[in-house]
Amino acid sequence: MSEKIEKHSYDVVIIGAGGAGLRAAIAAHEAGLRVAVVCKSLFGKAHTVMAEGGCAASMGNVNSNDNWMVHFRDTMRGGKFLNNWRMAELHAKEAPDRVWELETYGALFDRTPDGKISQRNFGGHEYPRLAHVGDRTGLELIRTMQQKIVSLQQADARAKGNAGADDARLKVFAECTITELIKDGSGAIAGAFGYWRETGNFILFKTPAVVLATGGIGKSFKTTSNSWECTGDGMGLALRAGSTLMNMEFVQFHPTGMVWPPSVKGILVTEGVRGDGGVLKNSDGKRFMFDYVPDVFRAQYADNEAEADAWYKDPDHNKRTPDLLPRDEVARAINSEVKAGRGSPHGGVYLDIASRLPREEILRRLPSMAHQFKELADVDITSEPMEVGPTCHYVMGGIEVDADTAAAARVPGLFASGEVAGGMHGSNRLGGNSLSDLLVFGRRSGEGAAEYVKSLRGQYPAITDAQLEDVMRVALAPFERDGGENPYEVHHELQDVMNELVGIIRKADEMQQALDKLAELKQRAQHISVSGPRQFNPGWHLALDLRNMLLICECIGRAALLREESRGGHTRDDFPAMSAQWRKVNLICSLADSGRDIDVAEQPMIPMRPDLLALFGKDELKKYFTEEELVDVPEEAHA
Amino acid sequence: MSYQAHFRVWRGDADGGELGDYTVEVNEGEVVLDVIHRLQATQAGDLAVRWNCKAGKCGSCSAEINGRPRLMCMTRMSTFTEDETVTVTPMRTFPVIKDLVTDVSFNYRKAEQIPAFEPPAGVAPGEYRMAQVDVQRSQEFRKCIECFLCQNVCHVVRDHEDNKEAFSGPRFLIRAAELDMHPLDARDDRAQFAREEQGIGLCNITKCCTEVCPEHIKITDNGIIPMKERVVDRKYDPLVRLGRTITRRK
Repeated sequence: MSEKIEKHSYDVVIIGAGGAGLRAAIAAHEAGLRVAVVCKSLFGKAHTVMAEGGCAASMGNVNSNDNWMVHFRDTMRGGKFLNNWRMAELHAKEAPDRVWELETYGALFDRTPDGKISQRNFGGHEYPRLAHVGDRTGLELIRTMQQKIVSLQQADARAKGNAGADDARLKVFAECTITELIKDGSGAIAGAFGYWRETGNFILFKTPAVVLATGGIGKSFKTTSNSWECTGDGMGLALRAGSTLMNMEFVQFHPTGMVWPPSVKGILVTEGVRGDGGVLKNSDGKRFMFDYVPDVFRAQYADNEAEADAWYKDPDHNKRTPDLLPRDEVARAINSEVKAGRGSPHGGVYLDIASRLPREEILRRLPSMAHQFKELADVDITSEPMEVGPTCHYVMGGIEVDADTAAAARVPGLFASGEVAGGMHGSNRLGGNSLSDLLVFGRRSGEGAAEYVKSLRGQYPAITDAQLEDVMRVALAPFERDGGENPYEVHHELQDVMNELVGIIRKADEMQQALDKLAELKQRAQHISVSGPRQFNPGWHLALDLRNMLLICECIGRAALLREESRGGHTRDDFPAMSAQWRKVNLICSLADSGRDIDVAEQPMIPMRPDLLALFGKDELKKYFTEEELVDVPEEAHA
Repeated sequence: MSYQAHFRVWRGDADGGELGDYTVEVNEGEVVLDVIHRLQATQAGDLAVRWNCKAGKCGSCSAEINGRPRLMCMTRMSTFTEDETVTVTPMRTFPVIKDLVTDVSFNYRKAEQIPAFEPPAGVAPGEYRMAQVDVQRSQEFRKCIECFLCQNVCHVVRDHEDNKEAFSGPRFLIRAAELDMHPLDARDDRAQFAREEQGIGLCNITKCCTEVCPEHIKITDNGIIPMKERVVDRKYDPLVRLGRTITRRK
């Protein structure tokens, strides 16, 4: 193989240009390092643009009772106390600063009457907490940070006395896919290897630090709100580099995706619809969520329509509507209603905002939802209810990281932030906590990487030609074969398996079936062949992405089979209860020595710091923790 | 419910190409992008197309469908009759890379030329105060999903390669307008920049950009025309001129 490879050297390479990746890039650049951002799509198209509802931060602009401790509590409750509590703490404390910082980059959030950033209600958040721009908050975040990066490049140009932008210290490599990370003899990160989508030519980044910010895994499921890019690349890269994934069994099914027509099935309907007053109804016209308030949430949620409706106006004296329970609860409730025969004509339930708000108000608050339903489903949401059902939306599991530095486990020089990282959200993520997560930990991962690089004092690891030959051979393998499997077919079957057998409600025998089927698909994937040139060839791209998806799906399947309890985004039909014993356990996936299979190990969770534990009442903690974990906890909550 | 549609899709690269004929299944409720994906999965595995969200939010799948610039994900098949041939070609204003994928780097170069938002001096993060009614004007332009359909359809550059150097296109004129209308942006030379560096004078307000905008941004009426007026204000306003003359005489 004598192909000439384009080579670059950077201090930090960030893979992924969504919110986390861009925030990491800004941080690493500000730390004085030379930074490359590599992304599969065009700059500014990452899946973050799809985020609608908002960015959670306890600024207290709408309800001054809010503060980081309340946000922390909500986040832990939402995640059913499986969260990495240190991450949840940092997240709750730093989110307001990260949002305010965006305003200095030029972001324009919706305002309160006194000119502050407006905040909206969302599932699981005790107070209105989500900074938002109508229902296109993710777009605002992406565009703001995209423009911030351009402004940094302009500042670099000015420093050299030039006009325009200078990308010598901060460059975006768009439509470029990384297929493998390369380590040196000591096991530390030495580089990242991939190809340009446009030409199919290979590219090598020599770098001592890689930040993975590649987002989620939704494209492994048939019904999903995720874009084509969400193929678990960062998790696959981390596994193959020797790092570990944690709690991969926890997959969030957003309760409200579109269900009709079939071609739009899964596209997200923002939780903001419910935050702004929309309610869920079954085919009898009944607001069924009152029947699904679980025991652990009875203290915070209303049990009748009158109180639920009064809460919108007077939240201090009424309990909130169960339409805004955390997402896992709502998704399961919808699933049960449909199963009981009380669903809508196309297998969902109704989401009604039309009868709850005046037309103008709906159009002002939810413009892109109105647009989306009108254009894609011929439904006028200001006069008729929407049909909605659960859709694969987010993976709570991910790369095992250090909370403070975002360093990935077991591999020096590897960092991860955003959806690709695990721990922060426990077993279930609250809406709005994703955009804040990627700001808080995006920045921390950029700074963590910068600190690591500086500690090397210019001693950067090397890459050998033999290593390059290896990764090139793997990338080109699908072209070497003829008349083999079609990558699109393997992908479709994979999506069916995951949707049907490892979906919202799980059973041991079905998951075993899924694992058998995955083993077979893994075999078949060895024989995928692609035709055509290397230049912008989607079949080839999919063939390479499938390597990651298959690994990740195996992690999900194996961990889900092991965890014999129901919690958050993992519901076992055969183990319907939450178990205090399992709460103490993280399931850690790693690549077996064979390089092909996944090993799963139980790892005890680090006990929560007493001052954080004291933020909860003992009565509440008893619902989640074992007795021996609570011996030193006072009866009354601290704040 | 399902039927076989006749599609003509441009196949080729920078060196040339031609329309390929395909017969492909169409199901109820589908959009053009669904059909292109089916083509990819069943008949043309290497057919190049950009897409991300499939919900009109990312602006990746821009193309020309029966000659009209559109997002493929927001063009429903029900807008065509079953016996109608659907022709899909890449955006014409940008160089073809392969099939439906074009080189849109022109737009990113233009974006780099516009001076960034300049934070107001002395206002700490968290202390920004703006009225909803004031941010709303800029927010309209920030809805832009950068599909570049307006850039594609604008005839200042569509058939005039030589204008590309001097003209930034409607997308970046509303970027200038957005910054100009930002209540806290510290720069006051946005209109001047639009005139001197972005070629706003070349726009002859035919509103083609507004017509194709999938976000229904009133690019011309709310963005370009007010900016043109500001340009005129600053440059020719007789009152301002008189005032300056008087000051100078003192």
